[in-house]
Amino acid sequence: MGKDTTIICAVLLLFIASESWAEQTALKKVSFIPQWVPQAQFAGYYLAYEKGIYKKYGIDLTIIPGGPDNPPSDLIEKGKAKFATLWLSTGIQIRAQGIEIVNIGQMLQRSALMLVAKKSSGIRTPKDMNGKKVGLWGPVFQIQPKAFIEKFNLDVRVVRQSYSVNLFLRDGVDVASAMWYNEYHTILNSGLNPDELTTFFFHEYGLNFPEDGIYTLDENFKKDPELCRAFLRASIEGWMYGFAHPDEALDTVMKNLKKEHIPATRVHQKWMLDRMEDLMLPGDASIPIGRLLPEDYYRVAEGLKENGLIEETPDFSSFYQNCMTHDER
Amino acid sequence: MMKDKGIAFKLILSILSICTLVFAVVFGYNYLISRKIIIRNVEVNAKNLAKATVNRIDMVLRSVEKVPETLASYLENSSHTDHELIDMLSAVVKNDAEIYGATIAFEPYAFNKDSLYFAPYFCKRGGEIKFTYLGGESYKYFYMDWYQIPKELKHPVWSEPYYDVGGGEILMATYSVPFYRRVSGKRQVMGVVTADISLTWLQEIISSIRILETGYGFLISKNGTIVTHPFGQLIMNETMFSVAEARGDRRLREIGRKMINGKSGFVPIKSIVNNKNSWMVYAPLSTSGWSLGALFPQDELMTDITSLNRIVVLLGLAGFFFLLVVIIWIAGSITRPLRALARTTEDMAAGNLDIAVPPVKSRDEVGKLTDSFGYMRSSLKQHIKELTKTTAAKERIEGELKIAHDIQMGILPKVFPPFPHRPEFDIYATLMPAKEVGGDLYNFFFMDEDHLCFTVGDVSGKGVPASLFMAISMTLIKTKATKGLPPERVLNSVNQDLSLDNPSLMFVTLFLGILDIRTGEVSYCNGGHNPPFVIRANGDVEAVRTTGGMALGVNEDFPYQSNRMVLQTGETLFLYTDGVTEAMNKNQELFSEERLIEELAFLKDKPIQEMVSGVMEKIKVFSQGMSQSDDITMMILRLKD
Repeated sequence: MGKDTTIICAVLLLFIASESWAEQTALKKVSFIPQWVPQAQFAGYYLAYEKGIYKKYGIDLTIIPGGPDNPPSDLIEKGKAKFATLWLSTGIQIRAQGIEIVNIGQMLQRSALMLVAKKSSGIRTPKDMNGKKVGLWGPVFQIQPKAFIEKFNLDVRVVRQSYSVNLFLRDGVDVASAMWYNEYHTILNSGLNPDELTTFFFHEYGLNFPEDGIYTLDENFKKDPELCRAFLRASIEGWMYGFAHPDEALDTVMKNLKKEHIPATRVHQKWMLDRMEDLMLPGDASIPIGRLLPEDYYRVAEGLKENGLIEETPDFSSFYQNCMTHDER
Repeated sequence: MMKDKGIAFKLILSILSICTLVFAVVFGYNYLISRKIIIRNVEVNAKNLAKATVNRIDMVLRSVEKVPETLASYLENSSHTDHELIDMLSAVVKNDAEIYGATIAFEPYAFNKDSLYFAPYFCKRGGEIKFTYLGGESYKYFYMDWYQIPKELKHPVWSEPYYDVGGGEILMATYSVPFYRRVSGKRQVMGVVTADISLTWLQEIISSIRILETGYGFLISKNGTIVTHPFGQLIMNETMFSVAEARGDRRLREIGRKMINGKSGFVPIKSIVNNKNSWMVYAPLSTSGWSLGALFPQDELMTDITSLNRIVVLLGLAGFFFLLVVIIWIAGSITRPLRALARTTEDMAAGNLDIAVPPVKSRDEVGKLTDSFGYMRSSLKQHIKELTKTTAAKERIEGELKIAHDIQMGILPKVFPPFPHRPEFDIYATLMPAKEVGGDLYNFFFMDEDHLCFTVGDVSGKGVPASLFMAISMTLIKTKATKGLPPERVLNSVNQDLSLDNPSLMFVTLFLGILDIRTGEVSYCNGGHNPPFVIRANGDVEAVRTTGGMALGVNEDFPYQSNRMVLQTGETLFLYTDGVTEAMNKNQELFSEERLIEELAFLKDKPIQEMVSGVMEKIKVFSQGMSQSDDITMMILRLKD
């Protein structure tokens, strides 16, 4: 929050005051942290902020930029942020650790985590991975691949994968972990063509672990469920606006990345935004936006439990607070 | 369209279009070939430039590579204390100007069973040699590319360019060499020896590449990441492929793929700096597999040829206009007198032959034509003058001949029937001269109450002389045939008079008969004339027996003799001149006596006037439009009941 923002807020307040004094008084001060840097993965929230959609829903929002130094779970627990986005698996883990957070909206319906291999290494089907080196990230990212390896009864050598895909590009591993909206595109933009790659999307193998969702402390929800609903709806509206106006959304994303001094390419952010739309609104229309389905929840929780990342599965009804009514989509 | 245009227009159009075509072909060919030569030279130069630059970089990189390679093999064969290692590293970083930093990073617990990380690191940060131990919660080097990739690949590797946070703290690239130890008989990776190079000097080398005005060099890494480029915002941020994606340029992506796959080439490309069409040379670094590209802007390469071409085009245009002016001038000099001549000729055609032809200025074809027209005009004028004179003379002669014709026809009996009060016979005659006046004659008259003298003759020759001789003959016959004289006496007498003074040696054939209308007896004398035909009542046609006389006017003393015959009532005597039997058709056939006899037999029962017109009609049909060459005369005499 710089001086500029304060001035802008003041001007905005003045503007709104002239229109509706009552509404101005109703604005609730709220802070929000996405789980990572302000890339297109969070375009909807930043756009809703930029377009004044949160204000429209009575929220005076502050977005705390996420990143490696700002773990959202900490900020939520300590009350420094009212809302945060987390992966569903992370959310369950935190809840299982006894921190009373609730999911008020599951934004991504599909898992973007995938495995990718070069066709030149002879991998076309899951079976071809036998005897190969597979690059995997940290524990949370290993649940799906490990289940996949088990499902196909594969004998692979797991190599810890860093944040870069260079190990894969130099053939240090045969199979790499990738986020569809991020590393996969990095691979493409390192000169490999899609037809030279074999991809394995976990959601196609019955291992769909939905990722980003919106979380808050249970007490916050209990105190002001209306605020939670308003936040979710404003966020969804921001996303829908972004999908309809991708250029505007990308302008916002690039602006915020620049503010955080994070090098970024617009084509990469565009790819990410396009994939967000695919993940948030999958072709299967039966999945309502912002809803967490019990089967997805239990699949993820079981996975965590089997990998020893949680001891007990938290109760679904206490974990998820549906903030969408049935007629909303 | 073209047909309606003038000579000048056609000349201009055809000459100028051919000139333009020739010029365009020559110009185009010249342009293409010179362009090709320039491009070929540029390609050679560009490849040399790329090769020289690549060699320069590779030489440095290769010298850098030697250091960790030597260290790695040294480490493999002997054990060292931490102090020894630190001293070695320190010496390397101090002594090698190209090396920014170096470390020997060990596998977890490999150097010391108590410490997870062991990686002493020297670097020249801020111009000073700094020492630090790498590794820690925020710098897990086992999972960093510079460590992990060579370890997994088990061979030395140049890293991608990276900003080493928590290490060198600059933009660098690292050459990492894994080293090994034998553990229970197996060769295992114990760690990685590295040498870092600052990318600043690399960027300096590349940015020192100056090509013409706006050409430039750039370097991409093995992943296509842009390492140096005139556009600073691309460096380390974009790859060649993200640039291609942003520009929707599939070709650029393909070129990028060739570059990172170690290919070299020379290709046309659009500069992303200024969008100029350029030639790009690219070649790989043999050490790191990165690729150097250098752009040569086409317009700048072609500056000389472009200015040359501009001058050539300007010269061409000047020549074009000069040619245009000259053609217009020449065409004008041809067509102007022609147009003047055409106007004069139109006036002449309208009859004005007094108009002067335009003055002749040149001795070319147009001058000659004008001369010819002038000559034609005066000839025409002269000719018309003469023609007018001749026509007047001819008209006068024709008028006189007409009068002569009328006179000649006037001396022939022309009223039929001539003797309406004498029912004993019918007589009819006709004469058709071939020219205005002719040499045929006929006549009939009563010598006394019962004797009808009739005669048909033919003067030799035609025209005026013949007609004059005919008139003389007619007059002589009329005067000599006096009452009671037999035919031979009449002919003797006429012959003597005609022969007497006949300098032009003309003669006349003559048949003269005297009919006693009471008895039908005819005494006759034939002076060399065609014997007449008698058409008997039964239809037989007979020639009258000849009397053996010759034409009159030839022999003064020729003794003519006469014969007699009797015409019965209903019998017809047909007299004619040779104009009848010698009428000719196109095939030079004569009408002949046979045809005449046939026709007479056919017409025997017709009234005599119709017989004559029937024969005449037959002759006309026979001659098929051929003009009449001789006078035609026919006379018919028929006794009635």
